[in-house]
Amino acid sequence: MDLENQKRIKQLTEEYGAENIIVVLGAAEGELSGLAAETVTVGDPTYAGCLTGVSLGLGVYHAVEPSFKAVCKPDVYEEQIGMMEMILDVEDITNEMTSVREEHSKYNK
Amino acid sequence: MAKAVLKAAAYSLIHTPNFLENLGTTQTTTSPDSEYIKSLKENLRTYEEVINYLPNQVYIGNLHPDTLKKYERPFCTAEYKAGKRYGKFGEIMPEDEFILLIKYSDTFNLVLLEEEFLAQTLIKYENHPLKTDDEIKQLTGKGSKIADIEAELKNDAIGIYFDAKLVGCVKKAHDIDENLSSHVMIENLIVKASAGVCLKHLIAQDNVDFEKIGYVIECSEEACGDMNQRGGGNFAKAIAEIAGLKNAGGCDVRGFCAAPTHSLVHAAALVEAGIYEQVVVVAGGASAKLGMNGRDHVKKGYPILEDVLGTFAVLVTKDDGVSPVIRTDIIGTHTVGTGSSPQIVTKSLVEEPLKRNDLHISDVDKFSVEMQNPDLTSLAGAGDVPLANYKMIAALAVMNKEIERNEIMDFAEKHGLVGWAPTQGHIPSGVPYCGFLIDDLTSDTNINRAMIVGKGSLFLGRMTNLFDGISVVIERNTGSSQEATVSKEEVKQLIAEAMKEFAATLLGK
Repeated sequence: MDLENQKRIKQLTEEYGAENIIVVLGAAEGELSGLAAETVTVGDPTYAGCLTGVSLGLGVYHAVEPSFKAVCKPDVYEEQIGMMEMILDVEDITNEMTSVREEHSKYNK
Repeated sequence: MAKAVLKAAAYSLIHTPNFLENLGTTQTTTSPDSEYIKSLKENLRTYEEVINYLPNQVYIGNLHPDTLKKYERPFCTAEYKAGKRYGKFGEIMPEDEFILLIKYSDTFNLVLLEEEFLAQTLIKYENHPLKTDDEIKQLTGKGSKIADIEAELKNDAIGIYFDAKLVGCVKKAHDIDENLSSHVMIENLIVKASAGVCLKHLIAQDNVDFEKIGYVIECSEEACGDMNQRGGGNFAKAIAEIAGLKNAGGCDVRGFCAAPTHSLVHAAALVEAGIYEQVVVVAGGASAKLGMNGRDHVKKGYPILEDVLGTFAVLVTKDDGVSPVIRTDIIGTHTVGTGSSPQIVTKSLVEEPLKRNDLHISDVDKFSVEMQNPDLTSLAGAGDVPLANYKMIAALAVMNKEIERNEIMDFAEKHGLVGWAPTQGHIPSGVPYCGFLIDDLTSDTNINRAMIVGKGSLFLGRMTNLFDGISVVIERNTGSSQEATVSKEEVKQLIAEAMKEFAATLLGK
């Protein structure tokens, strides 16, 4: 995950509390989504950013996951994400995200 | 108003394993004690390996992008040995010769090269088909003692290495100004020198007359200036100068990765408006991005594949009746109010300009999007970027009921290309296809209309969270506009002849 994004997520979590934060990802691949999800839960697996060794345990979802889609207004979802949902490997992304969430998220899972 | 056409394009790569190690930000920001840095040299490719890397041969025009479909991925595992240094679009230059050209590009005596290295490399460079007398004259006998170079390193100069050996340095250009530090100066000189290599290949092409080029737009991602004007510019004129474009003015256009397509549109507008008859868009390479995903490549058991600087130059001229026409009336613009979801971005850049001109998405035969070589991104977990773009465009065609959902991959295959460009930011964005586009749209193919799409991530500059993008359609030249011009002349002539005849008749009477 981009180093600056790590910093912003860390700051927002300190300001609002981990229980009040949900991270929504838009990465195009399951593998990349998993890495980003790990970063905001158990810590940066690439040891590059400020979340290295920092376990925020945040709730983290991908924008094409059915559980995220279910809480969005259908017309807004169709306009903003419908196209990407059509072409991304939703199953792979959902599996990757579910596994990281179940193992490492402490909040909003 | 004269139409603008895409007349010529050049592309070159520079193999730079030593700059990768010393200037690539991934390497310079990683601990020297890390396994990645300790084993870096073992994971670098040789010049021969770089020459025989299929995407590189596509980049310089020796292979068509469609050739890549025949090979397994990653392409770095292909047994291909027919690579050549020179191609119809340019060349893959070795690092030692490029170091010479960095010195040639230096007008402020900032670059020192060790005398033996300089003399030996100059002998090699004398065989270069595009070498100039001025280059040889300016470089001959201009070497320095290694002791002097080592002394400069103690005074904040930055080392230049070849084969892991110190062969020179770039001095800082000011005592206290960090915008003129040795690090900034070497990055900028690399932009200038690498763009110069490519521009020379462009003007060496048969159908290009360098004396007629009136303006140069440079669109890389670096900034040159001092502490009072950090991005003052003007790379364009500096590059035009070393390439000998004595009749050209110019300036820089910036817009992250979208800058080349912005520049192409600017160039077409300048030509259509009649301000200049011929405009070049050129960009040098980004040394900071060398080895950007190197850690991931090595982790997956492959060599560091981002080991080349990418450069390009395209020439836009007024209509010649043959070259592909830049349709400045079919331009997609990502505006401030557009929004930034991929869906909205794709709509604004692809669907909107086509709809406005009564065209469908499938009326575009080829889309040139972010043409990154998929080896470089897939091995770093970021997937196949061009394919992802094609799938997005196809999905939009599904939403518009032009194709069925199960035809998305067929659409991507038919209207897309396999990526081949190095991940040098602005270099892979939209413009890599321009060279092949000229071939495809001027020969007997089924390709009559292409769309160049440039996108940029502006958040990186921390000035705005807005996304950016611009697209433009380029079409096969029907020759009609030139015919129209000729007809006008003919009309004038006919009138003159009729007047003469009438006068003769009167006299005869």
